[in-house]
This record gives sequence, C-alpha cells and structure tokens, in this order.
Amino acid sequence: MTNGGHAVGATKGFIYIRSEYPHAIAVMGEAIDTARRAGMLGKKVAGSNFEFNLEVREGAGAYVCGEETSLLESLEGKRGVVRAKPPLPAHKGLFGKPTVINNVLSLATVPIIMDRGAAFYKDFGVGRSRGTMPIQLAGNLNYGGLFETPFGITLGELVNDIGGGCFTGRPVKAVQVGGPLGAYFPPALFDTPFDYEAFAKRDGLIGHAGVVVFDDTVDMAKQARFAMEFCAVESCGKCTPCRIGSARGVETVDRIIRDENRAKNIEVLEDLCNTMKFGSLCALGGFTPYPVMSALTHFPEDFGARPRLQAAE
Amino acid sequence: MSFIQEIDYGTPRARSEKTVTLTIDGQSVTVPEGTSIMRAAMELGTKIPKLCATDMLDAFGSCRLCLVEIDGRPGTPASCTTPAANGMAVRTQTDRLKRLRKGVMELYISEHPLDCLTCSANGDCELQDMAGAVGLRDVRYGYDGARHPNPGIDASNPYFTYEPSKCIVCSRCVRACEEVQGTFALTIAGRGFKSVVSPGMEEAFFGSECVSCGACVQACPTATLNEKSVIEIGAPEHSVITTCAYCGVGCTFKAEMRGDELVRMVPYKDGKANRGHSCIKGRFAWGYATHKERILKPMIRAKINDPWREVSWDEAIAHTASEFKRIQAKYGKDSVGGITSSRCTNEETFLVQKLIRAGFGNNNVDTCARVCHSPTGYGLSKTFGTSAGTQDFDSVEDADVVVVVGANPTDGHPVFASRLKKRLRQGAKLIVVDPRAIDLVRMPHVEAAYHLPLKPGTNVAILTALAHVVVTEGLVNEKFVRERCDWDEFQDWAAFVSEPRNSPEEVAKVSGVPAETIRGAARLYATGGNGAIYYGLGVTEHSQGSTTVIAIANLAMATGNIGRPGVGVNPLRGQNNVQGACDMGSFPHELSGYRHISTDATRELFESLWHVTLEKEPGLRIPNMLDAAVDGSFKGIYIQGEDILQSDPDTHHVAAGLEAMECVVVQDLFLNETANYAHVFLPGSTFLEKDGTFTNAERRIQRVRKVMAPKNGYGDWEITALLAKAMGFDMRYDHPSQIMDEIARLTPTFTGVSYAKLDELGSIQWPCNEKAPEGTPVMHMAGFVRGKGKFIRTEYVATDEKTGPRFPLLLTTGRILSQYNVGAQTRRTANVAWHEEDRLEINPHDAEQRGVRDGDWVKLASRAGETALRALITDRVAPGVVYTTFHHPTTQANVVTTDYSDWATNCPEYKVTAVQISHSNGPTEWQEKYDELARKSRRIAATIEAAE
Repeated sequence: MTNGGHAVGATKGFIYIRSEYPHAIAVMGEAIDTARRAGMLGKKVAGSNFEFNLEVREGAGAYVCGEETSLLESLEGKRGVVRAKPPLPAHKGLFGKPTVINNVLSLATVPIIMDRGAAFYKDFGVGRSRGTMPIQLAGNLNYGGLFETPFGITLGELVNDIGGGCFTGRPVKAVQVGGPLGAYFPPALFDTPFDYEAFAKRDGLIGHAGVVVFDDTVDMAKQARFAMEFCAVESCGKCTPCRIGSARGVETVDRIIRDENRAKNIEVLEDLCNTMKFGSLCALGGFTPYPVMSALTHFPEDFGARPRLQAAE
Repeated sequence: MSFIQEIDYGTPRARSEKTVTLTIDGQSVTVPEGTSIMRAAMELGTKIPKLCATDMLDAFGSCRLCLVEIDGRPGTPASCTTPAANGMAVRTQTDRLKRLRKGVMELYISEHPLDCLTCSANGDCELQDMAGAVGLRDVRYGYDGARHPNPGIDASNPYFTYEPSKCIVCSRCVRACEEVQGTFALTIAGRGFKSVVSPGMEEAFFGSECVSCGACVQACPTATLNEKSVIEIGAPEHSVITTCAYCGVGCTFKAEMRGDELVRMVPYKDGKANRGHSCIKGRFAWGYATHKERILKPMIRAKINDPWREVSWDEAIAHTASEFKRIQAKYGKDSVGGITSSRCTNEETFLVQKLIRAGFGNNNVDTCARVCHSPTGYGLSKTFGTSAGTQDFDSVEDADVVVVVGANPTDGHPVFASRLKKRLRQGAKLIVVDPRAIDLVRMPHVEAAYHLPLKPGTNVAILTALAHVVVTEGLVNEKFVRERCDWDEFQDWAAFVSEPRNSPEEVAKVSGVPAETIRGAARLYATGGNGAIYYGLGVTEHSQGSTTVIAIANLAMATGNIGRPGVGVNPLRGQNNVQGACDMGSFPHELSGYRHISTDATRELFESLWHVTLEKEPGLRIPNMLDAAVDGSFKGIYIQGEDILQSDPDTHHVAAGLEAMECVVVQDLFLNETANYAHVFLPGSTFLEKDGTFTNAERRIQRVRKVMAPKNGYGDWEITALLAKAMGFDMRYDHPSQIMDEIARLTPTFTGVSYAKLDELGSIQWPCNEKAPEGTPVMHMAGFVRGKGKFIRTEYVATDEKTGPRFPLLLTTGRILSQYNVGAQTRRTANVAWHEEDRLEINPHDAEQRGVRDGDWVKLASRAGETALRALITDRVAPGVVYTTFHHPTTQANVVTTDYSDWATNCPEYKVTAVQISHSNGPTEWQEKYDELARKSRRIAATIEAAE
C-alpha cells in the first residue's frame, strides 16, 4: 500500500477489517507499529521525503461492506450502503477524493511480483487466470485448510486429492465455490479447472476461492433458501431487487419445499433470479442467483422435479 | 385554467459547456457533458420508467426501473447514474428490459397496500403510474408475504402525515432533506428488508430535527408523506403560478386549487429564487387567509374605546375621506399622511404613495423599510449608486467564501439558507459575524471557518478592522480599485483604515472578538476566491446602520468582489416586497426608482401624467409623524398592511402618537395591534386574492396571481383607488397591470416591464431598460452605476445606548423560522406549535448570577419600558447578551427598545438595548393593562341584521 501511495501521491491508507476478525486486527495493528518504528511508515518513509500512514478501521458486521463502495461509505462513518457507479472510486472515492481500492488478496501478491518480477508471477496459472490463489477448503472434508496453488488445478483435485473427500465418508454431493454467493457444482463438474473463465463458462465463480463441500445428505432446496436468506440478512436495503427480492425468494423457495404450486413457483423463482442478477445494484443481490440457480439446475430432484419429469414422460 | 404538470427530467441539469451526442432508440440527441442518459432521453420526450430519480436530487440508482441497454456494453446499466457519452447507442425498450422492469415492479407491488381507490395520492402516485408504464398485470408472490416495518401513521406534524406502510424506500425524502434542504433530519433506519424512513433516531417528525420545509413531502412518489390538506380535501384540479407573500426570498409557488379552495402550495422548479424549494411558511402556513379572526367587513368608530361598528364599503370610504378632508381643513394640508406596506404588491404600494402625494397633496409617506433596510438604500446608493443588492440568488453557487453579517438565514431566509448550505457542502468557506452562535456557525455538514461573536453595536469597528487587515497586509485588489473606483478616495480610505486604532488588536478590545480571528477572517475573504457578503438587519438596525453598509461596500470594492457572479453585497430583505415598496417611491423624499422629490424634472414627469402639482419638499418619516402627532400637528394617518405598534421601537411612544390622532385608518387582514388605536378599519385582501407583483431581495419582479375572489370584496389596490376617488383625486384602473404600465412609464429602471413581459420571461430583475431589456441579474458588471465606486471613511462611533449598573446586559432581537415578523399571519396558523411564545435567550452565566432557571418568568427592563417573558438558557448568546423575538403581541418586545436610530435614515436601533433581567411572577402590569385595552378595543358591536 505504501508503494501504491507513492505511485499515486497519496499520504494516507486505510485498512478495513471486519470486527469479526479480532486477531487480524491485532496483528495488523502490530505490523503497522513495527513498520512505523522501522521508518517504513510516517513522515519520512525509508528516509525519503515521502509521507505515508496507515490506519486500521473496523467494520461493524455488515457483509456488504466488503463491496468497495459501501466500504467507502462505512469508512466515511455512514451507513454501509452501496453507491451507484459511475463515478468509480478511482475518480471519486473516499470523502469524494480519487481512491485506489484493493482486496487484501491482490495486495498480498505485490511483494512476490516486486521481488521476482511480473514474468515470474505470470508463469503460474492458465489462460487469462494468472498467478496463484489461496484457496480455503472447508465443509465436509477430511483435510480442510488454506492452500495456495496456481490457477488451473481442477475442482475434483481440490476436493478429492487435497481435501481427501468427505469427512463423513459419504459421497460428495455438492461443492460451493466462491463464498456464500458462489454456485454449487455437482461431482459431474469436477473436471472444471480452477480458473475464472472456466468457472464462468459453467455459471459458477471463483470469488474469494472458498470451497465448501457437502455430502449426499444435503438438501439443495434448503441451500437455495439459505442463499436467499443470507441475501435478506446482509442486504443493505438500497436497491429493490435485493431488498424485496431476497425476502420474496425465501418465501418462494418455502412454497416450493411445501409443494405449493411447485411448477409455477419454480418459474417465479427463475424470474426472480433473473431480476436480481441483472437488476441489482451490486454483487450481493446480483450473485445470490448463483447458488439458487445452480442448486435448481444441478439438483432438480431436491426441488421435487421427479413428479414433473414423470408427468412429462 | 389547467393543472400545471412540471416535467421531471430525472436528474439535475449538468452545468458543463461541452456537449456530447448520442442516440437513444435511434434518435440523436445532444446534451451537456455529465447529463444522465435518463435526462437525455427526457429531452427527446422519452420517459424511461423511474421511481427513485427526480431532477431535484442527484441520481441514486436504487429502484432499478430505469435500466437500459447500451450497444457494446455488457449488462443493463441504470440510466439515471450512467452519463451520456459521445457515440453511445442506447435502447430503452427491449424484451430483456421489459422483463426486468416487470420483475422489479412485481416486487414493489407485492408489499404495497392495495388501497388505491381510497388512497390520498390516487391519481398523483408515481408507483401507480409506473405499474401502468411497465405493464404489470399480475403479482405472483401474492399479497400475504412479509412487509417492511410499519411503525404506524405519524401525524405529529401539523401539516403532513407519514404513513410507513405505503413507503417504497426510494430514499427521495431522505435525500431531499439532505441535498435540497440541508437539514439531515431524516435517515433510513434498519437494513435490507427492514429499512424504514426515520426522522432522527426513530422519533416522530414533530419532535425530530425536521424543520417542516416539506421538501420530503414534495419528493415522495407515493402517499407515504402527504399534505394533510390533500388527505382532507382531495387532489387539486387546477393550479396557478404565484409568488410567496412571506420573506424577501420571493419563492415561486404553484397554488394548487380545487374550485376556489386552496389545496396546497407546491414550490415551482422554474422559480428563479427558490428553484423548486420552499420553507415551512411558504408551503404550509397559508391558513391565515381563512382564519376566523380575519375581518371581512369595513368598520368605523368615533373613539378608540368604542366598539367597532360594521358598515358598508361606501360608508367606510366616504367617512374616511370626509375625516381626512376635515382634518386637513382644520389642521392644514400636512396634518395627514400614510404608510405603505412591504407586504402588499408594488402596484398597491405605488397607489398609496400616489394617493398621499397627489390626493393628500403632501409627501408624508413612509414605509416599514424605514425600520429595516433604509440604511441599505442609503449606503449602497452612496458607494455603488443603486439602492439594492448586487446579485441574484444563483450567484451563491459560484461563491468560494461567504460572509454572513448580522443575518440568520436558516431562520429568516430559509430557502436562501438551503442554497447557501448546499454551496458550503461543496466546499465554499463561511465566515459568520454575529453576536449569537446562529445555526450556520455549526450544523450538520456546515461549519463556519470563522465566527466573529462581536458585542452588539460594534459592527463598524469590526468591518473597519477587516479592512485594516486587507490594506495593511497588501491584500487589496489594486487592479480592480484602479479601474473601477475613485483612486483618491480609495487612498484616503486606505490611510484611514490603516490607522493603528483600527487594527484588529485595538478593535478586539471594544468588540470582544480576538484579533487573530479578525485577521484570519479578513485574509480568507480577501484571498479565498469569489467572496460574497450577505447581510441582514443585524447590520442596518443600529445607530451606525448606514455606516456599516458603507463599510461592507468598501470591503467588497477593496477586494474586487463586485461585478460578477459569485461575489457581491447582498442585503437579505425581510418582507416579501420590502424591496418593491422602496422601489415604488414609498419614502418621503423619493419618487419611484429612488429619484429625489426635489428634482424638478422628475416631479414634472409625474405631474404631467397625474395632472397635479407635487410638493417639492420631502415629507415626514414614520418617527417624525409620531412625534408630530404627540406635538399635536399630525392628526390623521392611512396605514396599509403594517402594524407599527408591534413592529416599531419604543411602543409607548408609538401608542402615544396614535392616541393623539383624530383619524387612524388601518387596512389589514386582522385587527392588529395598531388597530387598537384606529377609527376606521378597512379589511384587506390576501396575496391569493389579487393580481400584482412583488420584488424580492435580488431585485426580481415576480407576478402575484389571483387564485380566488377577495373575501373582503376588494383587492387592496381597489380600496386605495376608492379612497382616492372619494378624496377627489380620481384613479382609474381596471386591473393592476395598468398600474404596472404607469410605473414602467414613470420609472427608468422599470422601462418595458409589463405583465405580458413578466408572463413571457417568468420574472425580471431591475434595472430593466433599453440596455438590459430582460433585466439585470448581476449589477455593476462593467462599471458602477454611479460611475466610479466610492470609498467612504467609516469612523466607529459607539452607540449612546450603553450598559451600566442599572442595565448591564445588551438585548438584541430577531426572528425564528416558524414565525414571520409581527406574527399576524403565522400566529394564525399551526406554526404556533413550534413557537407559541417569545422567549428570552440568556447565557447560563448570566442566568445563574440572577438565579434564573430555564422556563422561569423574567422581567426585561430598559430605560424605555419593561415586559415579562420566559427565559431560555442557552450558550447561543454570549455572556452579557440576551436575545428575543418579537412575534407575539403579548410580549411586546419593542416596549423595551429605544428611540435611538441610524444617523442617516432613522432606522431604529433594535439590535442594541441596554437591559436588566430580574425575576418575575408573570406578565407585567403594563402587559396586563395592554391586554385589557386590546380586548376592549377589539369589540365589534352586534349588527342590526344580527339583532333581528
């Protein structure tokens, strides 16, 4: 960040960390103190005339404040609500000033690139997805944890070879990649390489590279409901598709689960997902359809598809 | 008559001079850079569906109805937040967009009450319109799903209700409160589906920070925030554009009517002074027009302690004329006079002075500007050559440093204050010169860079010290001064202000303002870019009022802050037409357009048109009339729309003057305090009941349009004309437009002004003449009206009104947002809910010394008189200073103000009175006696018809 500040002529950087991560906040605070004592932050960075300071700001529990514009609102002391873009933060960001805003993931790659050069880093990865990714393996797995690996490894390799399959010993039914707004992939898609474009091609996403594994006892309709519920809980409430759509989504999935007008309500849910995906202001409402639609597409039987298929036959 | 539906372009006008050209649905359109796609589409007449967008507010992008497709760009961006760009090809109606919009509308309606037929916004609801526009035919979610929080209807505000169940959470109200009004009283509480509009911390509207400007009500697309009058009466069916009759800002409104009943006042976006905004008074406080205390029949009586007797108009007019004739026959031609009203129209004011000069045959005419801005007229005409402010209100948008001297815009001129605050939020700097910590000193998102809390009465010292810093620190704009001003006079002035006795260090001793604060403020004003000075009665109502105006003008000239947008010297005029009343020749020494009565050529112009001979000598000013009455030489007065007993200083003296007269004629809406001493009462008409024009603080002549017949039978102009005719001076006008034509013929600064031209242009800022046929927004652009700008020395002379052991505190007076002037109108509206009595503001230190607690009755005494009122302990006033308002006759704050006045114009020194505060058990004996007198004086005898 100090380098970034030097490049754009900024003298102040903020690090926004969720209050739910107290250890990270403590460690970051210590790191900043260390850097300051070592003369790498402050009035004269590394003895030069360049001034740069860092300040840690704690979030107050809102998931959506991970979205860059609501993060900026939160930093300004306001309600964490998404801003419409344009203007982009690079033009008009924090307190109306041009702002460079990066994820910690991006910042973490800077040292190696600066140390070993861009070509070195670029040599990792496949296609347009270059470099490495720290992947969080979690859920029903034998070997969960954080693994950094170049892009390109397949989902199956991640789940079975590195994660060692389900902890319960039951077969894997679904894997959600990219956080709570990521799509659910069935084992049939385990050949998908871990690469942005490949995942997008199969209506999935890499997101923050969280991988959560479920065995065959999972009810994917309930997971779809959970996605809508998550969106309802975390919605900032600004845009209509997310604000009302998530609440209606929960209700609609409930109706499907209860087998009320199932066929019609599945159609309503598909329409709702379309409205949310293309109508929402930010990725919270816009990505909620990924887990919902992937559950519906890959696991129709959990939404009572069998009777419908039989009827069609 | 039709209902005026203003076009909503969705987003504000872009100010860029560069343009971009794009196509929207295949049609090409060129718009200023920065214009939204939505606005560009509306320029073509294409209405993209929208709910959260409105052109009074910045784009927000929340409703997601206005999505469009742009060739070559992914997704469906919102047209409100996406700027138009060169070569862009936009499509506003595709299958994909139709499906999305229907999807969004279906969500909205799934949680909206379906009571359209009985809803107060039925037919005036954007949600209803949009459901139709997107073709929503079915809500497949049903109507029994979850609803957002509904804390219940909040009817706490007297003028509007808040019904959360109908809210669509578009945030237009919240944004209007922030962006338009600048109060930040509203917010969204909760998150996600639980989001709900909330005044303050989930308070009721009335108890919150809300100032009831109504911007939120205007912004609301549904019935969530709705006027109680609309709920009660129903939707209006026709509307008329007119001008507010409250303060000197001069807001343009649509009077929305049903039949001849006024349903609501809605600020008009094309109004050049207000740009679609209003305050609580203009928008809501019009109920006085139909208040039960309004007098609709003429009344006369022989003695002021007789009960009133209702008579016909014929009898009232004949009686008045015969009384004036009798008095003039007995005591001489000069024994009568009159006062014009700053609340009446230009035409009416013009007629009153015409009646006095031509009908009474003397120049005993004056106006209430005597007691407010007469020093402005004097000071600015001496220095610049024109008796008016130099800018239009739009100018504030270009100001970089704003100096507010002796004015409290958030209370007195709220709509201008909102425009000022907007500019301050954009980064302009503020300097406040005021004894009190007025709201602008520190309020949400506004903080003055410097506050100079001077001791009342030390304005001249402070302004001269500011000039001292400008001159001695080399901050003079020499190029401007050499080109535009008289250099010799400048040098003389510069030498004067540079004297050490005028330094901030010396002035700090008399003013109580630290020297460094004065220096900092002077440097900021002189070097901070466009510097604009706005001032009010805290400047003029002093023994050195005119000197202070001159000091302000000097400062502006020395720094080159005159003659372009963003700068200037701007008096904030108090009443709706106080500028106009001055323009119309209401002063004893001046004919319309500020031309001296002693100038033969001017007089001849009027004489030839009016077929009379005019007196050459100026007549009596108001205080002189009262003095002459007490002396026995002035016996009759015609007062149109002014309450001198309550508004003029030293009430005892005013009462004595009125009591000594034989015929006091009061023309007003109500039996005001002056009417307690009247022999004839002529019921007046409201601004809703007549045609005319008002001229606001920016010299803007604006139409007042009749929306209903006069409830009293005649417009005020007709009453004056009837009286003139009865006096033997015939005035023939069928319509006020003919009076304006006469004004235009007789007044060079009004050349070419006519109702037809006003209708065409909307408004005209005088001077209007051959050189500026459409008026003059900013004055002194090329050169000063008087030629070279004139620097005049401003020697500080302390007022004779001094504190001492008997009267150790300084009283200064002012007004409050919800009330207007003497309160005759606002006290007869629900505005009293905000301010039901005048309170005395006192610093905690002074209160403690006297054992006064908040809310205690205290006696306020000066050498002129005493009154009692309740105390309000606050650190808004400094130790040694107390403050009160003068809105309520039961307080009669002017009982304590003195007869000291401005040396040049006799403008009373309201702002400085030495007083003492002591405990009191309640109203003083005088207040009780006056109450008794007022009650007795207002008796109206039962009419014969009633007796039958």
